[in-house]
Amino acid sequence: MASELTVTLLRFGFLALLWVFVFVILAGQRRDLGLGQTLRFTSLPGRKKNKKKGEAGAAGTAGTEKQQAPKRPSQLAIIGGPGTGSIARLGDSPVLLGRAQDCTLPLDDDYCSGHHARLFPQGSRWFLEDLGSTNGTFVNDQRLTRATLVEPGVPFTVGRTVIELRA
Amino acid sequence: MTTRAQSSQEQSTAPDAEQHVPKPRRFFELLLLVLSWIVAIGAMCLVDLGNTASWDHRIVAAAAVLIVGSLIIHVILHLKARYADPFILPIVVVLNGIGLTMIYRIDLTTPNSSVGSQTAWSAVAMIACAAALWFLTDHRVLVRVTYISLAASIFLLLLPLVPGLGTEINGARIWISIGGRTFQPGEVAKITLAIFFAGYLSTNRDLILLAGKKIGRVRLPRFKDFAPMFVAWLVSIGVLVVQHDLGSAILFFGLFLAMLYLATNRFTWVGVGLVLVAIGGFFAYKTISHVTVRIDSWLHAFDPAVYNQQAGGSGQIIQGLFGLASGGLFGRGLGNGRPDLVSFANSDMIVTAIGEELGLLGLGAILMLFLMLVSRGFRAALGTPDAFGKLLAAGLSAAMVLQLFVVIGGVTRLIPLTGLTTPFMSAGGSSLLANWFIVGLLLAISHSARSPRVVNEDAGDAEDIADTGQLGATAAISKLGSSSHEETASSPHTAGGHS
Repeated sequence: MASELTVTLLRFGFLALLWVFVFVILAGQRRDLGLGQTLRFTSLPGRKKNKKKGEAGAAGTAGTEKQQAPKRPSQLAIIGGPGTGSIARLGDSPVLLGRAQDCTLPLDDDYCSGHHARLFPQGSRWFLEDLGSTNGTFVNDQRLTRATLVEPGVPFTVGRTVIELRA
Repeated sequence: MTTRAQSSQEQSTAPDAEQHVPKPRRFFELLLLVLSWIVAIGAMCLVDLGNTASWDHRIVAAAAVLIVGSLIIHVILHLKARYADPFILPIVVVLNGIGLTMIYRIDLTTPNSSVGSQTAWSAVAMIACAAALWFLTDHRVLVRVTYISLAASIFLLLLPLVPGLGTEINGARIWISIGGRTFQPGEVAKITLAIFFAGYLSTNRDLILLAGKKIGRVRLPRFKDFAPMFVAWLVSIGVLVVQHDLGSAILFFGLFLAMLYLATNRFTWVGVGLVLVAIGGFFAYKTISHVTVRIDSWLHAFDPAVYNQQAGGSGQIIQGLFGLASGGLFGRGLGNGRPDLVSFANSDMIVTAIGEELGLLGLGAILMLFLMLVSRGFRAALGTPDAFGKLLAAGLSAAMVLQLFVVIGGVTRLIPLTGLTTPFMSAGGSSLLANWFIVGLLLAISHSARSPRVVNEDAGDAEDIADTGQLGATAAISKLGSSSHEETASSPHTAGGHS
């Protein structure tokens, strides 16, 4: 039988062990909760600038081009069909195209489905995805079957509406 | 979401941003697992030290089940869900281990002998968790069983009412007994209901939100959009009122409200729900004797008449409180308390037994573990791209929080005591099975939340996004993602109308 002292020590030792376990998990989570990531993210532009200054003379344009992330197209223009001429500004969030009023960009086009297609940003590009519409979504006369990259200046058709992205 | 996708995109061009890619971290999990075994087995040894000073075969069995079971799940995670959350499994192993320890410890001083069956159930529950992980490589397939799980919930909740199969224990008819073994189907119904709510709300969220009449600032959903939810709610509450299980009723109603709020972001629902709870609670207090007794023994717990009452007296609560008090800050030490004075010390009141023997510090650590477990669940919900997974992970986590609140609030006399189990700790196989299964689901969802998603130009992977996202889900994700798009949306709408 263990002595009184060791029993007491083991008792407190166990409580300490429990809390060690708690703190190890907390410490392990730190990175996963995104603390490190956001810090990194905000510090990135500053570092880019410094690098650019250093490389400007030596490496020339090739180096700086690689550093600069290309800008995502920020405008959506309707160039054909009902609503021709209107221009929408694109944010960072996906855009839902369709006839339904809860769409991000409601289209007044009888040939559209309620929720027709979705444009979503990935890095510096926009992707277009058909949401099972009746009349289909077309890029270069090809009906979409999967999410597809949309380049600025290349028109795509949603119902009878022709849309293109602009920088 | 977008920043995450962006960062993985940037990673391909900027080599210095390696840390943006989530790592599997399976070896970190193994390390934590080893630590969790040390904690669990240490607890078991400490009980033994105070009592028999030799290895008891029951302890060896319990420890072996914990180690082998968690190793199997760990290996399956390696094979099937490499990016699953590394913290969930070790936390649960510690909680289950301490639960087994306390049940064993209470077995030693009372005529109970439940540690054997609890160990067996732990093994079964861990196998269930492993099976869930093995077969459920993509949690989105559960969307297909939305309505089946509604039917299953109703079936499970009605099972105890079947004569001959259902048994009534301590005034609540929530058990079924098959071949001498009892099972609480309500625990499993918790999961199937969460699956139904998640599946239904992720596809019909827009209809519930946007179709329907507007009264003042509140938009009421059309009845046909809301009817299945209403049925689910009515059945779960109605059956529970009939079965006299107040705790489960609170749990299901809370799950319903939480998921509605998670899906719609309308606080009005929660407000209306709480008002309904208040009204319902008042009438239940006035009319249902079972509820009256519960609330009286909460309000007038120290009244000798209430304390000594035969059925549903407050003796249990008060003895539990005395136990907590004698535990103090550091506790009496494992094996040195008197949890045998409290009735149902190893199921309803296991929290006070732990508080007595491990003290405020020990109980605090256990509550921290629960907090971290639940926060990992919500983290998985935040990270996963599909609306169904978001709702399911968040809903299951919310259910666990609610259950803990009802149990611990009850034993500490913050709210009336209702018989719910403490997840992973209370003696009771159905609860253990259901909660380990929830862990399996959370691990599966966290895998999809943390695994890297890269959309290439040739759209090899984009295809699977398009495939799985049926209309409702994708639309909902884009909405859940941000609220800022509403501002950009207003300008094109007006512009389009004019030209």
